[in-house]
Amino acid sequence: MSILEVKNIQKSFDKTEVLKDISFTLEKGEVLSIIGSSGSGKTTLLRCLNFLETTDLGKIIVDDNVLFDGNNKLSEDKIRENRLNFGLVFQNFNLFPQYTVLENLTLAPTLLKKGDSASIKNQALEIIKKVGLEDKVDFYPCQLSGGQQQRVAIARALMLSPKILCFDEPTSALDPELTGEVLRVIRELRDGNTTMIIVTHEMNFAKNVSDKVIFMADGIIEECGNPEEVFENPKSQRLKEFLSSSLKD
Amino acid sequence: MSFLEVTAFLFDGFKISLLIFAVTLLCGAPLGLPIAFCSMSRFKPLKAISKVIVWIVRGIPLMLQIFIIYYVPGLLFDYQLFGQIDRYMYIEYGIMDMGRIVAVLIAFTINYACYFSEIYRGGIESISKGQYEAGYVLGLTKSQIFRKIILKQVVQRIVPPMSNEIITLIKDTALANCIMVCEIIKNAKELAATKAMIWPLFFTGVFYLIFVGLLTIILGRAEKKLSYFRS
Ligand SMILES: Nc1ncnc2c1ncn2[C@@H]1O[C@H](COP(=O)(O)OP(=O)(O)OP(=O)(O)O)[C@@H](O)[C@H]1O
Ligand SMILES: [Mg+2]
Repeated sequence: MSILEVKNIQKSFDKTEVLKDISFTLEKGEVLSIIGSSGSGKTTLLRCLNFLETTDLGKIIVDDNVLFDGNNKLSEDKIRENRLNFGLVFQNFNLFPQYTVLENLTLAPTLLKKGDSASIKNQALEIIKKVGLEDKVDFYPCQLSGGQQQRVAIARALMLSPKILCFDEPTSALDPELTGEVLRVIRELRDGNTTMIIVTHEMNFAKNVSDKVIFMADGIIEECGNPEEVFENPKSQRLKEFLSSSLKD
Repeated sequence: MSFLEVTAFLFDGFKISLLIFAVTLLCGAPLGLPIAFCSMSRFKPLKAISKVIVWIVRGIPLMLQIFIIYYVPGLLFDYQLFGQIDRYMYIEYGIMDMGRIVAVLIAFTINYACYFSEIYRGGIESISKGQYEAGYVLGLTKSQIFRKIILKQVVQRIVPPMSNEIITLIKDTALANCIMVCEIIKNAKELAATKAMIWPLFFTGVFYLIFVGLLTIILGRAEKKLSYFRS
């Protein structure tokens, strides 16, 4: 049984079709990387999964629960419930600037009444340790480097134990020397069997960390397979071109 | 008249200036919020109405708005509302000018509420979409996001423009003398007319300066207190 089934989802903005019939499955503990050139719809796909965009058609099924089936309009409460199946780490972190690292982590669980404040705090401290920021607990986001901020953002998403953790280019906003620390955290999560979907431009990382790779082009899945297939034996012309151009930079 | 007597007489007027200042701030600042929300509303008619109101109120001089509020009941309904209040309060309680003051308070409150609403709107709209989305993906409701995430960032951003408006407000209170409210400048002019003393008119500046000095310190502190984060 797959933890995530995406069936034929479609999304248009006004007249432009951004996602045309996307289908894939993801098994528990697997890491899926999504690659593709700019404008191919990667971000839109993640946003649809996280219910930040309303998908037009198709099905989204998590753990056999149909979250979305294209027909009925979902209530706001239902959307919020659906969102909790997923976590999303943004390209530009989006930490809450007025809260410390610890408060960024405890805010949502506290508001969602996920436990008493002591246990939420303990859980937060544990996760902060996991991302290696135990000495920054009381820092504000503006006092942290980009890499540290992104690790806080990952920790914040982990607080709600999402079934599937999504990353939208988690290292694109970082200086090159800071990407390593973020990728290391993601790798550790993989080793801890966290189910993840990672949109990335880091081809080497995608190759090493993923169980499955999807190459998107113009709103469709042009090619899909394990990393060896996709990176070593690309079949479609577009993927070949994409890989050779991304190796150059 | 001695220096102390003049000062006391001017201070009586300045109390009225302070009253206008305080009431305008206490009523106008909250009233600005619903106006700001209306002008950001997705419901087009509501948005249009509030935009027009803000346009009119910001588009014509405050002095003219005071005249409008003060004279319109008499012109439209043939009823000198504020004059009646003036008379009643004087006869019953010996309080002068009460109707005029009320007219000024209404005009000032509406005027400043519109200015404040634009500051609020600018502040709210300047918060990045990412802050809302970060809240959404954590399963928070719209109202939780606004109260717990957005509000404080907005407050931080609006303190400097609000400070400017607040400092302008105390100086604007001088406009009340256009309908003969006994604020400080009106009192000073009275001294000029009845006692041929011109220096009190210039001396009123000291009152404003001291008060603006205090405001600057208080508002500066508030700004500093909120500067612990950068958004
Ligand atoms: N809110 C929106 N309204 C209109 N068009 C949009 C919107 N969001 C995305 N698009 C369009 O959808 C297409 C796909 O965008 P998307 O952001 O999903 O691409 P992407 O694969 O993430 O690209 P990148 O690698 O640059 O991040 C683009 O052509 C974009 O202009
Ligand atoms: Mg993108």
